[in-house]
Amino acid sequence: MSDFSVVHALLGGVLIGTSAALLLWLTGHVAGISGIVGRVMFALQDSNEWVWRALFLLGLVIGAKLCYLGAAPAPVARADFPVWLLVVAGVLVGFGASLGKGCTSGHGVCGLGRFSLRSLVATVVFLSVAILTTTVVRHVFSVGGGHV
Amino acid sequence: MSRNLVGLLTGLVFGFGLALAGMTHPEKVLGFLDVAGVWDPTLLFVLGGAVGVTAVTFPIILRRKRPLMDIRFYFTGQSQIDRALIGGAVLFGLGWGIGGYCPGPAVALLAAPNWELWVFLPAMLVGIAAHKVWAARQDKKPVVVEVAEQGDCS
Repeated sequence: MSDFSVVHALLGGVLIGTSAALLLWLTGHVAGISGIVGRVMFALQDSNEWVWRALFLLGLVIGAKLCYLGAAPAPVARADFPVWLLVVAGVLVGFGASLGKGCTSGHGVCGLGRFSLRSLVATVVFLSVAILTTTVVRHVFSVGGGHV
Repeated sequence: MSRNLVGLLTGLVFGFGLALAGMTHPEKVLGFLDVAGVWDPTLLFVLGGAVGVTAVTFPIILRRKRPLMDIRFYFTGQSQIDRALIGGAVLFGLGWGIGGYCPGPAVALLAAPNWELWVFLPAMLVGIAAHKVWAARQDKKPVVVEVAEQGDCS
């Protein structure tokens, strides 16, 4: 951790919160990414529901691109991370976010912002499980960068 | 200003924020989750910054009868802590803790795709689709109807 990365983290967080506030204030919608992705996948026939969400996701990509071009480096892939484990992670993240109706953005950023008990419970649960999981994966099975 | 333009611009700010904050670096996310290792607390500032803004602005926004460009606010309207919420959070936490990716960064990383992204993102989409199809079967509804009725997040 450096002072530099703390400033970036705080500023990045403020931008995420500001985006969520603007979306709610202007359109009445929650900036929950898993929900938006799910709707984009299954609401193709309803352009009124589809277009703004697809554009939000496009904006997400363009925004990250702008950041990588000027403000912060893009991530480099981990050479030694098992492919099958990443597949398992992806399926779990997708299924879990859809079942629990929210992910880090929907429950974590937006739900906590409106003091929703559901979102608080979800956030505490997924954060605790994630901490436990990372600990086991890194220190018990020695996958990734934790086994120093 | 149309809703589509708002979608694009708020998405852009969100994506820039995610990338700037370091959320698209799975190693950094796992460094935060790995409290038993060399703990990197930086991501606390991401959550702090984001929730700091929403916790102040959302109550003010929700005092209005309706948003500026629509007739109502779109929440799920659910308030009960049920098995789906807990089970979903557990599965989500497992996946997040393994890979270090959550859905926002997984989409934003299309800006600088590497092999990890091409594995994780399709797997995540399969996971979302699998749940929607499963839920629709449970409710005996077409999947598009199920998704439409589910509403937004949180």
